Amino acid sequence: MRLVLAEDHALLRAGLIQLLEGNGFTILHAVDNAPELDRALLDPDADAAVLDVRLPPTQTDEGLRAAIAVREARPGFPVMVLSQYVEQLYARELLASGTGAVGYLLKDRVSDVAEFVDGVRRVAAGGTVLDPEVVATVMARRHDEPLDRLSPREREVLGLMAEGRSNAAIAAHLHVTEKAVAKHINGIFTKLDLPLDDDDHRRVRAVLAWLRV
Amino acid sequence: MSTAPESPKPPGPFLLTGYAAAQLGMSIALLVLFVLWVLGGVLAVLWVGLVLLIAVIPATRAIANVHRRMAARVFGSPVPDPYRPAPGGFFTRLRVYATDPMTWRDLAWMPVAFVASFTINLTVLILALGVVTWFIWWFATPWLMRARAAVDRWFLAYSRTEKLEQRVQVLTETRAEAVDHSAAELRRLERDLHDGAQARLVALSMSLGMADAAFDEDPDQARRLIQDARATTTSAIGDLRSVVRGIHPPVLADRGLGGAVQAIALDMAIPVSVDARLDGRPPAPVEACVYFAVAECLANVVKHSGARNAWITLSHGDGVLQAVVGDDGAGGADPQSGTGMLGVMRRLGAFDGTMAVSSPTGGPTLITLEVPCDLSSPRTMPSSAPD
Repeated sequence: MRLVLAEDHALLRAGLIQLLEGNGFTILHAVDNAPELDRALLDPDADAAVLDVRLPPTQTDEGLRAAIAVREARPGFPVMVLSQYVEQLYARELLASGTGAVGYLLKDRVSDVAEFVDGVRRVAAGGTVLDPEVVATVMARRHDEPLDRLSPREREVLGLMAEGRSNAAIAAHLHVTEKAVAKHINGIFTKLDLPLDDDDHRRVRAVLAWLRV
Repeated sequence: MSTAPESPKPPGPFLLTGYAAAQLGMSIALLVLFVLWVLGGVLAVLWVGLVLLIAVIPATRAIANVHRRMAARVFGSPVPDPYRPAPGGFFTRLRVYATDPMTWRDLAWMPVAFVASFTINLTVLILALGVVTWFIWWFATPWLMRARAAVDRWFLAYSRTEKLEQRVQVLTETRAEAVDHSAAELRRLERDLHDGAQARLVALSMSLGMADAAFDEDPDQARRLIQDARATTTSAIGDLRSVVRGIHPPVLADRGLGGAVQAIALDMAIPVSVDARLDGRPPAPVEACVYFAVAECLANVVKHSGARNAWITLSHGDGVLQAVVGDDGAGGADPQSGTGMLGVMRRLGAFDGTMAVSSPTGGPTLITLEVPCDLSSPRTMPSSAPD
Protein backbone atom coordinates (compact mmCIF):
# COMPACT_ATOMS: atom_id res chain seq x y z
CA MET A 1 0.00 0.00 0.00
CA ARG A 2 1.42 3.39 -1.04
CA LEU A 3 0.92 6.30 1.34
CA VAL A 4 1.25 10.07 1.37
CA LEU A 5 2.55 11.27 4.73
CA ALA A 6 2.40 14.84 6.04
CA GLU A 7 4.04 15.77 9.34
CA ASP A 8 6.06 18.91 9.99
CA HIS A 9 8.17 17.74 12.95
CA ALA A 10 11.24 16.07 11.46
CA LEU A 11 11.62 13.61 14.34
CA LEU A 12 8.01 12.50 14.24
CA ARG A 13 8.08 12.26 10.47
CA ALA A 14 11.15 10.02 10.57
CA GLY A 15 9.51 7.91 13.30
CA LEU A 16 6.28 7.51 11.33
CA ILE A 17 8.15 6.57 8.16
CA GLN A 18 10.15 3.95 10.02
CA LEU A 19 7.04 2.60 11.73
CA LEU A 20 4.90 2.42 8.60
CA GLU A 21 7.61 1.04 6.32
CA GLY A 22 8.43 -1.56 8.94
CA ASN A 23 4.82 -2.74 8.72
CA GLY A 24 4.63 -3.22 4.98
CA PHE A 25 3.54 0.25 3.80
CA THR A 26 5.36 2.19 1.10
CA ILE A 27 5.81 5.91 1.71
CA LEU A 28 5.27 7.53 -1.66
CA HIS A 29 5.65 11.14 -0.51
CA ALA A 30 6.65 12.46 2.91
CA VAL A 31 6.02 16.24 3.12
CA ASP A 32 6.21 18.89 5.83
CA ASN A 33 3.94 21.69 4.59
CA ALA A 34 0.52 22.29 3.10
CA PRO A 35 1.40 23.36 -0.49
CA GLU A 36 3.61 20.30 -0.98
CA LEU A 37 0.90 18.14 0.54
CA ASP A 38 -1.64 19.45 -1.97
CA ARG A 39 0.72 18.51 -4.81
CA ALA A 40 1.48 15.07 -3.34
CA LEU A 41 -2.22 14.28 -3.02
CA LEU A 42 -2.62 14.75 -6.78
CA ASP A 43 -0.41 11.69 -7.37
CA PRO A 44 -2.70 9.01 -8.84
CA ASP A 45 -0.45 6.25 -7.44
CA ALA A 46 -1.28 7.14 -3.84
CA ASP A 47 -3.67 4.70 -2.14
CA ALA A 48 -4.18 6.54 1.15
CA ALA A 49 -2.84 9.43 3.25
CA VAL A 50 -1.71 9.90 6.85
CA LEU A 51 -1.87 13.62 7.75
CA ASP A 52 -1.06 15.88 10.67
CA VAL A 53 -3.77 18.51 11.25
CA ARG A 54 -1.38 21.39 11.94
CA LEU A 55 1.05 22.19 9.14
CA PRO A 56 3.02 25.18 7.92
CA PRO A 57 2.53 27.85 6.61
CA THR A 58 -0.26 28.97 9.02
CA GLN A 59 0.03 26.17 11.62
CA THR A 60 -3.74 25.89 12.02
CA ASP A 61 -5.85 23.16 10.41
CA GLU A 62 -4.34 22.81 6.91
CA GLY A 63 -4.11 19.01 7.21
CA LEU A 64 -7.81 18.73 7.93
CA ARG A 65 -8.72 21.03 5.04
CA ALA A 66 -6.45 19.07 2.71
CA ALA A 67 -8.12 15.83 3.83
CA ILE A 68 -11.60 17.21 3.12
CA ALA A 69 -10.48 18.67 -0.21
CA VAL A 70 -8.89 15.45 -1.45
CA ARG A 71 -11.98 13.46 -0.53
CA GLU A 72 -14.05 15.88 -2.54
CA ALA A 73 -11.75 15.49 -5.55
CA ARG A 74 -11.29 11.73 -5.12
CA PRO A 75 -14.42 10.34 -3.40
CA GLY A 76 -13.68 7.55 -0.95
CA PHE A 77 -9.94 8.32 -0.80
CA PRO A 78 -8.81 6.93 2.58
CA VAL A 79 -7.37 9.49 4.99
CA MET A 80 -6.04 9.04 8.52
CA VAL A 81 -5.76 12.38 10.34
CA LEU A 82 -3.47 12.70 13.37
CA SER A 83 -3.54 15.57 15.84
CA GLN A 84 -2.15 16.71 19.18
CA TYR A 85 -5.74 17.25 20.31
CA VAL A 86 -9.10 16.02 19.08
CA GLU A 87 -12.29 17.98 18.49
CA GLN A 88 -15.71 16.52 17.87
CA LEU A 89 -16.23 19.39 15.43
CA TYR A 90 -13.35 18.18 13.27
CA ALA A 91 -14.45 14.55 13.52
CA ARG A 92 -17.85 15.54 12.15
CA GLU A 93 -16.37 17.53 9.30
CA LEU A 94 -14.17 14.59 8.33
CA LEU A 95 -16.99 12.09 8.51
CA ALA A 96 -19.26 14.37 6.51
CA SER A 97 -16.72 14.44 3.69
CA GLY A 98 -17.73 11.01 2.40
CA THR A 99 -18.83 7.61 3.60
CA GLY A 100 -16.15 5.84 5.60
CA ALA A 101 -12.44 5.48 4.89
CA VAL A 102 -11.67 8.07 7.57
CA GLY A 103 -9.55 7.96 10.68
CA TYR A 104 -9.07 10.64 13.33
CA LEU A 105 -6.65 9.87 16.14
CA LEU A 106 -4.59 11.60 18.79
CA LYS A 107 -0.93 11.53 17.85
CA ASP A 108 0.11 9.67 20.97
CA ARG A 109 -1.99 6.65 19.92
CA VAL A 110 0.90 5.93 17.57
CA SER A 111 2.81 4.58 20.56
CA ASP A 112 0.60 1.48 20.42
CA VAL A 113 2.15 0.43 17.15
CA ALA A 114 0.05 -2.67 16.44
CA GLU A 115 -3.23 -0.87 17.03
CA PHE A 116 -2.18 2.18 15.02
CA VAL A 117 -1.08 0.12 12.03
CA ASP A 118 -4.29 -1.85 12.25
CA GLY A 119 -6.20 1.45 12.27
CA VAL A 120 -4.48 2.65 9.10
CA ARG A 121 -5.31 -0.67 7.40
CA ARG A 122 -8.97 -0.41 8.46
CA VAL A 123 -9.25 3.11 7.12
CA ALA A 124 -7.61 2.05 3.85
CA ALA A 125 -10.21 -0.74 3.64
CA GLY A 126 -13.07 1.77 3.98
CA GLY A 127 -13.65 1.65 7.74
CA THR A 128 -14.01 4.44 10.31
CA VAL A 129 -11.56 4.86 13.17
CA LEU A 130 -12.30 7.53 15.77
CA ASP A 131 -10.20 8.39 18.79
CA PRO A 132 -11.57 7.04 22.11
CA GLU A 133 -11.54 10.63 23.41
CA VAL A 134 -14.03 11.73 20.73
CA VAL A 135 -16.11 8.64 21.48
CA ALA A 136 -16.10 9.46 25.20
CA THR A 137 -17.47 13.00 24.71
CA VAL A 138 -20.26 11.70 22.50
CA MET A 139 -21.05 9.05 25.11
CA ALA A 140 -21.42 11.76 27.76
CA ARG A 141 -24.50 13.23 26.08
CA ARG A 142 -27.60 13.01 28.22
CA HIS A 143 -30.49 12.88 25.79
CA ASP A 144 -30.17 11.91 22.23
CA GLU A 145 -32.71 10.71 19.71
CA PRO A 146 -32.59 8.12 18.10
CA LEU A 147 -29.78 6.74 20.24
CA ASP A 148 -31.98 6.69 23.34
CA ARG A 149 -33.60 3.66 21.74
CA LEU A 150 -30.38 1.68 22.19
CA SER A 151 -29.70 -0.33 25.33
CA PRO A 152 -26.64 0.70 27.36
CA ARG A 153 -24.81 -2.36 26.07
CA GLU A 154 -25.64 -1.50 22.48
CA ARG A 155 -24.37 2.06 22.98
CA GLU A 156 -21.13 0.63 24.32
CA VAL A 157 -20.77 -1.64 21.30
CA LEU A 158 -21.52 1.30 18.98
CA GLY A 159 -18.82 3.38 20.69
CA LEU A 160 -16.27 0.61 20.16
CA MET A 161 -17.39 0.29 16.53
CA ALA A 162 -16.73 4.02 16.14
CA GLU A 163 -13.21 3.46 17.44
CA GLY A 164 -12.82 1.11 14.51
CA ARG A 165 -12.62 -2.16 16.38
CA SER A 166 -13.48 -5.49 14.80
CA ASN A 167 -16.16 -7.79 16.23
CA ALA A 168 -13.46 -9.99 17.71
CA ALA A 169 -11.80 -7.00 19.42
CA ILE A 170 -15.14 -5.75 20.75
CA ALA A 171 -15.92 -9.22 22.11
CA ALA A 172 -12.54 -9.38 23.83
CA HIS A 173 -12.98 -5.88 25.28
CA LEU A 174 -16.44 -6.59 26.71
CA HIS A 175 -15.65 -10.19 27.74
CA VAL A 176 -18.47 -11.66 25.66
CA THR A 177 -18.61 -14.02 22.68
CA GLU A 178 -18.32 -12.77 19.14
CA LYS A 179 -21.80 -14.12 18.51
CA ALA A 180 -23.23 -11.91 21.25
CA VAL A 181 -21.48 -8.90 19.67
CA ALA A 182 -22.96 -9.73 16.27
CA LYS A 183 -26.41 -9.87 17.91
CA HIS A 184 -25.93 -6.43 19.51
CA ILE A 185 -24.76 -5.00 16.20
CA ASN A 186 -27.84 -6.33 14.44
CA GLY A 187 -29.96 -4.77 17.17
CA ILE A 188 -28.24 -1.42 16.55
CA PHE A 189 -28.82 -1.64 12.78
CA THR A 190 -32.52 -2.38 13.30
CA LYS A 191 -33.10 0.32 15.93
CA LEU A 192 -31.36 2.97 13.84
CA ASP A 193 -33.40 1.97 10.72
CA LEU A 194 -30.30 1.48 8.61
CA PRO A 195 -31.04 0.30 5.08
CA LEU A 196 -29.88 -3.15 4.09
CA ASP A 197 -26.39 -2.95 2.68
CA ASP A 198 -23.15 -4.80 3.10
CA ASP A 199 -21.95 -5.03 6.67
CA ASP A 200 -19.03 -2.60 6.35
CA HIS A 201 -21.23 0.16 4.98
CA ARG A 202 -23.84 -0.35 7.67
CA ARG A 203 -21.19 -0.09 10.34
CA VAL A 204 -20.04 3.23 8.95
CA ARG A 205 -23.61 4.48 8.68
CA ALA A 206 -24.30 3.52 12.29
CA VAL A 207 -21.31 5.58 13.40
CA LEU A 208 -22.49 8.54 11.30
CA ALA A 209 -25.94 8.35 12.83
CA TRP A 210 -24.37 8.21 16.24
CA LEU A 211 -22.38 11.40 15.67
CA ARG A 212 -25.49 12.96 14.07
CA VAL A 213 -23.49 13.90 10.98
CA MET B 1 -14.51 58.62 18.97
CA SER B 2 -17.03 58.53 16.18
CA THR B 3 -18.82 61.66 15.11
CA ALA B 4 -22.45 62.14 16.04
CA PRO B 5 -24.55 60.09 13.66
CA GLU B 6 -26.66 63.06 12.66
CA SER B 7 -26.63 66.73 13.52
CA PRO B 8 -30.05 68.10 12.57
CA LYS B 9 -30.55 71.83 12.43
CA PRO B 10 -31.33 73.40 15.82
CA PRO B 11 -35.02 73.59 16.71
CA GLY B 12 -36.82 76.77 15.66
CA PRO B 13 -38.71 79.19 17.90
CA PHE B 14 -41.98 77.23 17.64
CA LEU B 15 -40.52 73.96 18.87
CA LEU B 16 -38.49 75.79 21.52
CA THR B 17 -41.65 77.45 22.79
CA GLY B 18 -43.16 73.96 22.99
CA TYR B 19 -40.16 72.88 25.05
CA ALA B 20 -40.61 75.90 27.29
CA ALA B 21 -44.26 75.00 27.93
CA ALA B 22 -43.45 71.35 28.57
CA GLN B 23 -40.65 72.25 30.95
CA LEU B 24 -42.91 74.64 32.80
CA GLY B 25 -45.43 71.83 33.24
CA MET B 26 -42.75 69.40 34.38
CA SER B 27 -41.38 71.91 36.86
CA ILE B 28 -44.61 71.53 38.85
CA ALA B 29 -44.04 67.76 38.93
CA LEU B 30 -40.43 68.42 39.95
CA LEU B 31 -41.58 70.59 42.83
CA VAL B 32 -43.87 67.83 44.07
CA LEU B 33 -41.09 65.27 43.66
CA PHE B 34 -38.68 67.55 45.51
CA VAL B 35 -41.03 67.76 48.47
CA LEU B 36 -41.44 63.97 48.43
CA TRP B 37 -37.66 63.59 48.24
CA VAL B 38 -37.16 65.69 51.35
CA LEU B 39 -40.01 63.88 53.06
CA GLY B 40 -38.53 60.51 52.10
CA GLY B 41 -35.15 61.60 53.38
CA VAL B 42 -36.57 62.68 56.71
CA LEU B 43 -38.66 59.53 57.05
CA ALA B 44 -35.82 57.26 55.96
CA VAL B 45 -35.32 56.27 59.59
CA LEU B 46 -38.77 54.71 59.30
CA TRP B 47 -39.37 52.23 56.49
CA VAL B 48 -41.89 54.47 54.77
CA GLY B 49 -39.20 56.92 53.75
CA LEU B 50 -37.19 54.29 51.88
CA VAL B 51 -40.26 53.07 50.02
CA LEU B 52 -41.00 56.67 49.08
CA LEU B 53 -37.45 57.23 47.84
CA ILE B 54 -37.40 54.11 45.71
CA ALA B 55 -40.48 55.41 43.90
CA VAL B 56 -39.48 59.07 43.70
CA ILE B 57 -35.95 58.61 42.37
CA PRO B 58 -36.86 56.78 39.14
CA ALA B 59 -39.62 59.35 38.50
CA THR B 60 -37.10 62.16 38.91
CA ARG B 61 -34.71 60.39 36.57
CA ALA B 62 -37.36 60.02 33.92
CA ILE B 63 -38.10 63.76 33.99
CA ALA B 64 -34.39 64.62 34.07
CA ASN B 65 -33.88 62.40 31.01
CA VAL B 66 -36.54 64.34 29.11
CA HIS B 67 -34.61 67.53 29.91
CA ARG B 68 -31.39 65.88 28.78
CA ARG B 69 -32.94 64.99 25.43
CA MET B 70 -34.23 68.53 24.99
CA ALA B 71 -30.80 69.99 25.85
CA ALA B 72 -29.24 67.57 23.38
CA ARG B 73 -31.56 68.83 20.64
CA VAL B 74 -30.85 72.46 21.48
CA PHE B 75 -27.08 71.99 21.40
CA GLY B 76 -27.04 69.43 18.61
CA SER B 77 -24.75 67.17 20.65
CA PRO B 78 -25.68 64.18 22.78
CA VAL B 79 -26.29 64.51 26.52
CA PRO B 80 -26.16 60.86 27.59
CA ASP B 81 -28.15 59.15 30.32
CA PRO B 82 -25.40 59.00 32.97
CA TYR B 83 -27.00 56.77 35.62
CA ARG B 84 -25.32 53.65 36.89
CA PRO B 85 -27.38 50.55 36.16
CA ALA B 86 -29.40 49.68 39.27
CA PRO B 87 -30.54 46.06 39.09
CA GLY B 88 -31.42 43.63 41.82
CA GLY B 89 -33.49 43.88 44.96
CA PHE B 90 -34.75 46.74 47.07
CA PHE B 91 -31.62 47.37 49.11
CA THR B 92 -29.09 46.88 46.32
CA ARG B 93 -31.00 49.38 44.25
CA LEU B 94 -31.13 51.90 47.09
CA ARG B 95 -27.43 51.48 47.61
CA VAL B 96 -26.68 52.07 43.92
CA TYR B 97 -28.93 55.16 43.98
CA ALA B 98 -27.21 56.53 47.06
CA THR B 99 -23.68 56.00 45.73
CA ASP B 100 -24.43 57.39 42.26
CA PRO B 101 -23.28 61.04 42.29
CA MET B 102 -25.86 61.80 39.61
CA THR B 103 -28.65 61.15 42.12
CA TRP B 104 -27.43 64.07 44.21
CA ARG B 105 -26.93 66.30 41.22
CA ASP B 106 -30.54 65.60 40.23
CA LEU B 107 -31.60 66.66 43.70
CA ALA B 108 -29.66 69.92 43.46
CA TRP B 109 -31.01 70.52 39.98
CA MET B 110 -34.70 70.20 40.93
CA PRO B 111 -35.13 73.61 42.69
CA VAL B 112 -32.92 75.27 40.07
CA ALA B 113 -35.05 73.83 37.28
CA PHE B 114 -38.14 75.11 39.06
CA VAL B 115 -36.72 78.63 39.29
CA ALA B 116 -35.42 78.55 35.70
CA SER B 117 -38.85 77.46 34.43
CA PHE B 118 -40.58 80.33 36.19
CA THR B 119 -38.11 82.89 34.88
CA ILE B 120 -36.74 81.89 31.47
CA ASN B 121 -39.54 79.65 30.24
CA LEU B 122 -42.27 81.93 31.48
CA THR B 123 -40.60 84.85 29.70
CA VAL B 124 -40.58 82.89 26.45
CA LEU B 125 -44.25 82.01 26.82
CA ILE B 126 -45.28 85.54 27.69
CA LEU B 127 -43.35 86.90 24.69
CA ALA B 128 -45.11 84.35 22.50
CA LEU B 129 -48.59 85.10 23.83
CA GLY B 130 -48.32 88.88 23.86
CA VAL B 131 -49.00 89.49 20.15
CA VAL B 132 -47.05 92.77 19.96
CA THR B 133 -43.92 91.09 21.33
CA TRP B 134 -43.66 88.53 18.54
CA PHE B 135 -40.76 90.29 16.99
CA ILE B 136 -38.77 90.02 20.20
CA TRP B 137 -39.99 86.46 20.75
CA TRP B 138 -38.73 85.35 17.33
CA PHE B 139 -35.19 86.54 18.02
CA ALA B 140 -34.88 86.08 21.80
CA THR B 141 -36.31 82.57 22.15
CA PRO B 142 -33.30 80.67 20.78
CA TRP B 143 -31.01 82.60 23.13
CA LEU B 144 -33.22 82.16 26.16
CA MET B 145 -33.73 78.45 25.58
CA ARG B 146 -30.03 77.95 25.00
CA ALA B 147 -29.44 79.51 28.39
CA ARG B 148 -32.05 77.18 29.89
CA ALA B 149 -30.46 74.13 28.22
CA ALA B 150 -27.02 75.23 29.44
CA VAL B 151 -28.30 75.29 33.03
CA ASP B 152 -29.79 71.81 32.63
CA ARG B 153 -26.67 70.44 31.03
CA TRP B 154 -24.44 71.91 33.70
CA PHE B 155 -26.36 70.00 36.36
CA LEU B 156 -27.39 66.86 34.50
CA ALA B 157 -24.25 65.90 32.56
CA TYR B 158 -20.77 65.22 33.82
CA SER B 159 -18.12 67.65 32.70
CA ARG B 160 -15.10 66.47 30.75
CA THR B 161 -12.88 66.47 33.82
CA GLU B 162 -15.41 64.48 35.83
CA LYS B 163 -15.71 61.95 33.02
CA LEU B 164 -11.94 61.56 32.88
CA GLU B 165 -11.77 61.16 36.65
CA GLN B 166 -14.39 58.42 36.49
CA ARG B 167 -12.51 56.74 33.64
CA VAL B 168 -9.26 56.79 35.61
CA GLN B 169 -11.09 55.24 38.55
CA VAL B 170 -12.50 52.43 36.38
CA LEU B 171 -9.17 51.80 34.68
CA THR B 172 -7.32 51.63 37.98
CA GLU B 173 -9.78 49.09 39.32
CA THR B 174 -9.89 46.90 36.22
CA ARG B 175 -6.12 47.05 35.82
CA ALA B 176 -5.61 45.84 39.38
CA GLU B 177 -8.08 43.02 38.75
CA ALA B 178 -6.46 42.07 35.45
CA VAL B 179 -3.02 41.95 37.07
CA ASP B 180 -4.33 39.84 39.96
CA HIS B 181 -6.07 37.55 37.55
CA SER B 182 -3.06 36.94 35.35
CA ALA B 183 -0.84 36.37 38.39
CA ALA B 184 -3.31 33.77 39.65
CA GLU B 185 -3.39 32.15 36.20
CA LEU B 186 0.40 31.89 36.13
CA ARG B 187 0.42 30.31 39.60
CA ARG B 188 -2.20 27.81 38.46
CA LEU B 189 -0.18 26.95 35.35
CA GLU B 190 2.97 26.50 37.39
CA ARG B 191 1.11 24.15 39.74
CA ASP B 192 -0.49 22.19 36.91
CA LEU B 193 2.84 21.65 35.17
CA HIS B 194 4.66 20.87 38.38
CA ASP B 195 2.12 18.34 39.65
CA GLY B 196 1.25 16.94 36.24
CA ALA B 197 3.59 16.62 33.31
CA GLN B 198 6.77 17.36 35.24
CA ALA B 199 6.09 14.72 37.91
CA ARG B 200 5.19 12.18 35.25
CA LEU B 201 8.39 12.83 33.31
CA VAL B 202 10.38 12.19 36.48
CA ALA B 203 8.55 8.89 36.94
CA LEU B 204 9.17 8.07 33.29
CA SER B 205 12.87 8.66 33.58
CA MET B 206 12.95 6.46 36.70
CA SER B 207 11.16 3.60 34.94
CA LEU B 208 13.54 3.80 32.01
CA GLY B 209 16.56 3.90 34.33
CA MET B 210 15.37 0.81 36.17
CA ALA B 211 14.60 -0.94 32.88
CA ASP B 212 18.09 -0.14 31.71
CA ALA B 213 19.56 -1.70 34.88
CA ALA B 214 17.33 -4.78 34.70
CA PHE B 215 17.86 -5.46 30.99
CA ASP B 216 20.48 -8.23 31.31
CA GLU B 217 19.38 -10.04 34.47
CA ASP B 218 15.60 -9.82 34.15
CA PRO B 219 14.35 -9.04 30.63
CA ASP B 220 10.70 -9.63 31.65
CA GLN B 221 10.94 -7.05 34.41
CA ALA B 222 12.62 -4.64 31.97
CA ARG B 223 9.78 -5.10 29.49
CA ARG B 224 7.19 -4.42 32.19
CA LEU B 225 9.03 -1.24 33.17
CA ILE B 226 9.09 -0.08 29.56
CA GLN B 227 5.35 -0.69 29.31
CA ASP B 228 4.89 1.40 32.46
CA ALA B 229 7.03 4.08 30.89
CA ARG B 230 4.79 4.16 27.84
CA ALA B 231 1.66 4.48 29.95
CA THR B 232 3.27 7.33 31.90
CA THR B 233 4.18 9.08 28.65
CA THR B 234 0.57 8.93 27.52
CA SER B 235 -0.65 10.51 30.75
CA ALA B 236 2.04 13.20 30.57
CA ILE B 237 0.92 14.08 27.05
CA GLY B 238 -2.69 14.18 28.27
CA ASP B 239 -1.70 16.55 31.09
CA LEU B 240 0.14 18.83 28.71
CA ARG B 241 -2.83 18.83 26.38
CA SER B 242 -5.19 20.01 29.09
CA VAL B 243 -2.71 22.71 30.17
CA VAL B 244 -2.49 23.93 26.58
CA ARG B 245 -6.26 24.04 26.29
CA GLY B 246 -6.38 26.16 29.43
CA ILE B 247 -3.85 28.65 28.02
CA HIS B 248 -5.18 28.98 24.51
CA PRO B 249 -7.41 26.32 22.96
CA PRO B 250 -5.95 25.24 19.60
CA VAL B 251 -9.38 25.26 17.96
CA LEU B 252 -9.66 28.97 18.78
CA ALA B 253 -6.46 29.64 16.84
CA ASP B 254 -7.68 27.43 13.97
CA ARG B 255 -11.25 28.57 13.61
CA GLY B 256 -11.75 31.79 15.52
CA LEU B 257 -14.46 32.49 18.06
CA GLY B 258 -17.40 31.10 16.07
CA GLY B 259 -15.75 27.76 15.34
CA ALA B 260 -14.33 27.38 18.84
CA VAL B 261 -17.69 28.06 20.45
CA GLN B 262 -19.23 25.50 18.09
CA ALA B 263 -16.59 23.02 19.22
CA ILE B 264 -17.34 23.41 22.95
CA ALA B 265 -21.05 23.33 22.23
CA LEU B 266 -20.62 19.89 20.65
CA ASP B 267 -18.78 18.60 23.69
CA MET B 268 -21.60 19.49 26.09
CA ALA B 269 -23.79 16.79 27.59
CA ILE B 270 -26.94 18.59 26.41
CA PRO B 271 -27.76 19.86 22.91
CA VAL B 272 -26.44 23.40 22.43
CA SER B 273 -27.25 25.31 19.25
CA VAL B 274 -24.86 27.99 18.05
CA ASP B 275 -25.71 30.96 15.88
CA ALA B 276 -22.47 32.78 15.07
CA ARG B 277 -22.89 35.91 12.98
CA LEU B 278 -19.41 37.41 12.87
CA ASP B 279 -17.94 38.52 9.58
CA GLY B 280 -14.41 38.99 10.83
CA ARG B 281 -12.30 38.21 13.86
CA PRO B 282 -12.11 40.22 17.09
CA PRO B 283 -8.59 40.98 18.44
CA ALA B 284 -6.97 37.81 19.82
CA PRO B 285 -7.13 38.77 23.54
CA VAL B 286 -10.83 39.65 23.27
CA GLU B 287 -11.50 36.43 21.40
CA ALA B 288 -9.84 34.35 24.12
CA CYS B 289 -11.61 36.27 26.87
CA VAL B 290 -15.06 35.81 25.35
CA TYR B 291 -14.32 32.17 24.56
CA PHE B 292 -13.45 31.38 28.18
CA ALA B 293 -16.43 33.39 29.39
CA VAL B 294 -18.81 31.42 27.16
CA ALA B 295 -17.16 28.15 28.23
CA GLU B 296 -17.68 29.06 31.90
CA CYS B 297 -21.34 29.95 31.30
CA LEU B 298 -21.94 26.68 29.47
CA ALA B 299 -20.25 24.68 32.22
CA ASN B 300 -22.61 26.35 34.71
CA VAL B 301 -25.62 25.55 32.55
CA VAL B 302 -24.75 21.86 32.55
CA LYS B 303 -23.80 21.78 36.24
CA HIS B 304 -26.54 23.84 37.87
CA SER B 305 -29.50 24.69 35.69
CA GLY B 306 -30.91 21.25 34.88
CA ALA B 307 -31.58 22.58 31.38
CA ARG B 308 -32.47 20.29 28.50
CA ASN B 309 -31.38 22.73 25.80
CA ALA B 310 -29.07 25.69 25.55
CA TRP B 311 -28.29 28.18 22.82
CA ILE B 312 -25.57 30.70 22.04
CA THR B 313 -25.64 33.66 19.70
CA LEU B 314 -22.58 35.66 18.70
CA SER B 315 -22.96 38.97 16.92
CA HIS B 316 -21.22 42.27 16.40
CA GLY B 317 -22.80 45.67 15.89
CA ASP B 318 -22.05 49.33 16.68
CA GLY B 319 -18.53 48.44 17.73
CA VAL B 320 -19.68 45.93 20.34
CA LEU B 321 -19.16 42.18 20.31
CA GLN B 322 -22.12 40.46 21.93
CA ALA B 323 -22.41 36.87 23.11
CA VAL B 324 -25.66 35.56 24.58
CA VAL B 325 -25.84 32.23 26.38
CA GLY B 326 -29.36 31.03 27.11
CA ASP B 327 -30.85 27.88 28.61
CA ASP B 328 -34.29 26.49 29.43
CA GLY B 329 -33.32 25.41 32.93
CA ALA B 330 -34.63 26.29 36.38
CA GLY B 331 -33.30 29.87 36.44
CA GLY B 332 -32.38 31.66 39.66
CA ALA B 333 -28.72 31.99 38.67
CA ASP B 334 -26.86 34.52 40.80
CA PRO B 335 -23.73 35.95 39.18
CA GLN B 336 -22.42 37.09 42.58
CA SER B 337 -22.18 33.52 43.84
CA GLY B 338 -19.55 31.24 42.46
CA THR B 339 -16.01 32.31 41.77
CA GLY B 340 -16.29 31.26 38.13
CA MET B 341 -18.74 33.99 37.17
CA LEU B 342 -16.85 36.62 39.16
CA GLY B 343 -13.71 35.57 37.28
CA VAL B 344 -15.59 36.02 34.01
CA MET B 345 -16.63 39.54 35.04
CA ARG B 346 -13.04 40.45 35.94
CA ARG B 347 -11.68 39.14 32.68
CA LEU B 348 -14.31 41.07 30.74
CA GLY B 349 -13.68 44.19 32.83
CA ALA B 350 -10.13 44.41 31.52
CA PHE B 351 -11.62 45.02 28.06
CA ASP B 352 -14.39 47.37 29.30
CA GLY B 353 -16.75 44.44 28.77
CA THR B 354 -19.90 43.77 30.75
CA MET B 355 -21.98 40.79 31.78
CA ALA B 356 -25.72 40.97 32.39
CA VAL B 357 -27.68 38.07 33.85
CA SER B 358 -31.42 37.63 33.55
CA SER B 359 -32.52 34.53 35.41
CA PRO B 360 -36.01 34.60 36.88
CA THR B 361 -36.99 31.61 39.01
CA GLY B 362 -38.39 29.01 36.64
CA GLY B 363 -36.12 30.19 33.86
CA PRO B 364 -35.14 30.80 31.18
CA THR B 365 -31.68 32.14 31.99
CA LEU B 366 -30.05 34.58 29.61
CA ILE B 367 -26.48 35.75 30.10
CA THR B 368 -25.39 38.60 27.86
CA LEU B 369 -21.70 39.37 27.47
CA GLU B 370 -20.66 42.54 25.69
CA VAL B 371 -17.18 43.75 24.80
CA PRO B 372 -16.48 46.88 22.76
CA CYS B 373 -14.07 46.01 19.96
CA ASP B 374 -13.62 46.10 16.20
CA LEU B 375 -13.54 43.08 13.93
CA SER B 376 -10.59 42.52 11.66
CA SER B 377 -11.21 42.46 7.92
CA PRO B 378 -13.68 39.76 6.94
CA ARG B 379 -12.07 36.45 6.26
CA THR B 380 -13.83 33.47 4.82
CA MET B 381 -14.59 31.22 7.74
CA PRO B 382 -15.27 27.56 7.18
CA SER B 383 -18.91 26.92 7.79
CA SER B 384 -19.89 24.73 10.67
CA ALA B 385 -20.36 21.01 10.44
CA PRO B 386 -23.65 20.10 8.82
CA ASP B 387 -26.27 19.16 11.33
